[in-house]
Amino acid sequence: MGAFDRERLAMLVQPDRVHRSVYSDPAIFELEMERVFGYAWLILGHESQVRHAGDYFTTRMGREPVIVVRHDDGSVRVLVNRCAHRGSMVCAEGRGNTERFVCPYHGWSYDRGGRLHAMPFESGYAGKLGELGLHAAPRVALYRGFIFASLAESGPSLEDFLGPACASFDDLVDRAPGGELEVTGGVFKHAYNGNWKLMLENHLDGAHPAWVHASSVAVARGAPDPGPPGEEHYYDIAVRQMRQNGAPDAVWEAVGVWTTRFGHGYLGDYHNDDRLVVGLGNPVFAEYHRMLAAKVGEAEAKRILGVTLWNSIIYPNCSFMSQFRQLRIVHPLAVDRSVVYTYSLRMKQAPPQMFRDTVAFANVVNGTASWVLTDDLEVYERVQRGFSSGAVEWLNIGRGHGRDVDEPDGTRRGGTGTSEIYIRAQMRVWLDYMTAGA
Amino acid sequence: MPGEIEQFLYHEAHLLDTQRFEEWLDLFTEDATYWVPLEQNQSDPVETSSIIHDDRTLLELRVKQARHPRAHARTPMARTVHQVGNVRLLGESDGELRVASTLVLVEFRAERQRVWGGLVEHRLRSAGATFRISHKRIDLVNSEGELDGIAILF
Ligand code: FES
Ligand SMILES: [Fe+2]
Repeated sequence: MGAFDRERLAMLVQPDRVHRSVYSDPAIFELEMERVFGYAWLILGHESQVRHAGDYFTTRMGREPVIVVRHDDGSVRVLVNRCAHRGSMVCAEGRGNTERFVCPYHGWSYDRGGRLHAMPFESGYAGKLGELGLHAAPRVALYRGFIFASLAESGPSLEDFLGPACASFDDLVDRAPGGELEVTGGVFKHAYNGNWKLMLENHLDGAHPAWVHASSVAVARGAPDPGPPGEEHYYDIAVRQMRQNGAPDAVWEAVGVWTTRFGHGYLGDYHNDDRLVVGLGNPVFAEYHRMLAAKVGEAEAKRILGVTLWNSIIYPNCSFMSQFRQLRIVHPLAVDRSVVYTYSLRMKQAPPQMFRDTVAFANVVNGTASWVLTDDLEVYERVQRGFSSGAVEWLNIGRGHGRDVDEPDGTRRGGTGTSEIYIRAQMRVWLDYMTAGA
Repeated sequence: MPGEIEQFLYHEAHLLDTQRFEEWLDLFTEDATYWVPLEQNQSDPVETSSIIHDDRTLLELRVKQARHPRAHARTPMARTVHQVGNVRLLGESDGELRVASTLVLVEFRAERQRVWGGLVEHRLRSAGATFRISHKRIDLVNSEGELDGIAILF
């Protein structure tokens, strides 16, 4: 990979512009799989998906197929789903509970920690086979119930990596009475013919909704108004969000957008629960507020519900919305192909209607056939096709450049809500990852 | 009339394939539901997500979105062929016919062609010489798969 030495990579990512090859060159993608996805902490899921010993689910770390499993000792292990013998995936894709992973090819079996347990025809080998296990991700850590792993032996701790973005997870978890969340209600898996970075660059982009989502904004404005208590529509939560996407420019400019040293970012100030979720006057929300206050006290409940971190990005593979309890994980498949898994989180000790709203929101806004997401996907694909142009080499990421503000807590804030600071932050850490050791 | 159920389903498919979506909407009763489950054998549309779970109002808004000049994923709308087959009358209850069929759908848009397969159930109410749809459920064979964005009606 001598072709991509530090100087060359630094040429491609400049403060206010990025070269198109960062999104379209297969050689750069290969390097990303090694240096970004092979190194950074990646979010894999939530502990509710592996509650009991032997519970497992399959997923990916970059392109590595992995199994996330609860070990007998209670720890969460992440095993590369590839047999030590001749390479078959040992575990079919999906989820379940198992004592051992048995390879379908020649029957080698592995325990929940990936250790080789037994094999047929063992006498065919002279030496000891103790080291032949499933490769395990060297580092696994949890933050507030969310499972992260890194394929690198060493690097920053998870808490250092998350840094100020811990606040986003705290917001997500604190909102659940008793801190109890579970992944449930189905998983949308939407794919698009575009680079993985396009999703992460979209979710904090306050300049796009008025354009990309013009059709759903218009339709939502013509939708029945959210019903009064007792006469709500199933889709009110989604209509609220879609209308909010059409907020005036001044609202978007006033939104706070913050980034962290590791490329994470979040939008604040945009939505309060009144504008959005079920409305603060709503009896279901009042009941939820009461259940939260019963756990943490009224003052703390007020504080928790007063936090308005809206979309959060955890670079390089995650985005979530704490008020809607939607979490998305992006899996890069090729330089121009990505798939995003969208999960709903249920607060276990909240009124059932709170989760029904989450499901309705997922269906109408984030789902594969939804009114909102489909237009984002269309635009990602058009962007990717645009990169095939050799006549124009650069993308501009300069909105608000030079007006970023360093905050006392170590975050950096965009001068206005539509600043492209979040892309600049992602590109800065991308360059760090890509040139580490180069 | 023999075959009148089949004729009705073919007519519905034809309206979709000729993009007469407003006329297609008129086939549905005011209290109709249109459901494309996300999970196989899904029984619950409320606490489990769906690819589409629309009441009549949402279905109407969905068609309105398709007509909006800046509906990027729907401009132009994909061309489709809905091939309806294996029509079976499952039974009749509460004045509604329950009809099963299979759907093979070919979709073309932006230099890409996709094939869909689904098991379909209609609930039909008699309306003079024809029917109205009170419920339509489409179980896609790949509903749990990794799918590119969906901007068509099944
Ligand atoms: S490849 Fe797994 S046992 Fe042979
Ligand atoms: Fe969007």
